[in-house]
Amino acid sequence: MEAFVNQLPIGISIGAVLLLIALGLTFTFGQMGVINMAHGEFIMAGAYTAYLLQDLTGRMAVIVALPVAFAVAGLMGLILERTAIRHFYGRPLDTLLLTWGVSLVLQQLARDLFGAPNVQVQAPAWLQGGIGTLPYNRLFIFVLALLTVAGVWAYLNRTGQGRRMQAVMQNRGLAAVSGIDTGRVDQRTFFIGSGLAGVAGVALTLIGPVGPTLGTYYIVDAFLVVVAGGLGSLLGAVVAAAGLGLLNSYAEFWSDASLAKVIVFAVIVAFLQVRPQGLFVLRSRALS
Amino acid sequence: MLSVQGLESGYGRARVLFGISLSVEPGELVCVMGRNGVGKTTLLDTVMGVLPATAGMVAFAGEDVTRLPSHRRVALGMAYVPQGHATFPQLSVLGNLLVTLEACRGPREALEEALETFPRLKPLLKRSAGFLSGGQQQQLAIARALVTRPRLLILDEPTEGIQPSIVIEIEEAIERLHASGMAVLLVEQYLELALRLADRFLILDAGHVVHSGTAADLRQEETRRLLAV
Repeated sequence: MEAFVNQLPIGISIGAVLLLIALGLTFTFGQMGVINMAHGEFIMAGAYTAYLLQDLTGRMAVIVALPVAFAVAGLMGLILERTAIRHFYGRPLDTLLLTWGVSLVLQQLARDLFGAPNVQVQAPAWLQGGIGTLPYNRLFIFVLALLTVAGVWAYLNRTGQGRRMQAVMQNRGLAAVSGIDTGRVDQRTFFIGSGLAGVAGVALTLIGPVGPTLGTYYIVDAFLVVVAGGLGSLLGAVVAAAGLGLLNSYAEFWSDASLAKVIVFAVIVAFLQVRPQGLFVLRSRALS
Repeated sequence: MLSVQGLESGYGRARVLFGISLSVEPGELVCVMGRNGVGKTTLLDTVMGVLPATAGMVAFAGEDVTRLPSHRRVALGMAYVPQGHATFPQLSVLGNLLVTLEACRGPREALEEALETFPRLKPLLKRSAGFLSGGQQQQLAIARALVTRPRLLILDEPTEGIQPSIVIEIEEAIERLHASGMAVLLVEQYLELALRLADRFLILDAGHVVHSGTAADLRQEETRRLLAV
């Protein structure tokens, strides 16, 4: 029982990381259906942004890095969408290959700019230490994940831009004849989804080193969360991330790290056999 | 108001429209008729910019809109209610209307006016559009188009597959809009409805206009033969 209680915060904090890295994908993959393999490299770009900013901004480095990383990664996403991805809408396999290539180019670019070895971002003093088994940096990520989800929810449901985004994703043709500039909405969706990857990247610098392959390490998990949660469903992403985080934490406690990964994958594969559409499906008469 | 000349269009290499010409004058209700698969929906889609025109011209209010994207045509005063009571299913009824209102930067009163046209929607504002009945969805679809305060309303079979009580309401609404001076381009399969509403009609067959005239002409035997199902 004690072990159960001790593993709980660890599981939740893994879930928070998963949620942060998957949140951007609920936009680009969940809403738009674009398989962007370079999403992981936007996470990496966010992490290196935090690395570059740490000497400049001192104590508040993490806080400053969040909006800057959002903008950097968002712009990278916007450029990718404008120059390449938009020509491949409706062609998922081509998009996958294209963005995979972009992902490799970006990784090499990071190697050229920052060197192949990992670099370290020093967590600010106020994030060192912790309560019991729960370190402050994990707590920070948890709070950041909650705030980001709340922000995304409010954006989608309480703003005109968010409403237009939902309209385009639910019925693109109708959105266009309702006077919505769908191309513009696509750009904005991609900017926000990629920007959120940058935010996740900053969070990751608090719990590990930063390297050119940082994104590759997390991209699969991010896709798993989105698929298991149900495409485009915010609630689904939250529940799936929490579930996978807890599962990972307990599996790791009772076995070891690599076996835990196997268990997590096996559970997801089994789950998707039973429910290929994921946890939460957007349902209505029109779609049934 | 709307002028279509020699319009050609289709899907990929399959041509559907072979040089369609038509016009809708301000305040006029023009009905497009014809059997299934003759190109009625393709015509409306091309007029609205959902499909690109491969030849010919679409002009609205004196402006050539042939190459304009759909949302720019909406801004000029064209509104389209596509076939099959299309809505944004996961948005609320109010959300459906608001998203259109915001996209065209219209005044809030436009939304109230649209609801006055279909009072049945008022108690449903918070409901998800996807959970409305087909008839309610169709009323919402038309209300959504009206929110843009269009000068030309384009309707594709607004009464198809809708329960009879609501068909009457929709028909009356179209009649009122027409009477208030709005131009309407209507695709309709029911001859009786077309006879009641239309000022002029045209009949399509295999992507050509095979007959056109006033409502009086439509009553003649010859015309009925062309529409025979």
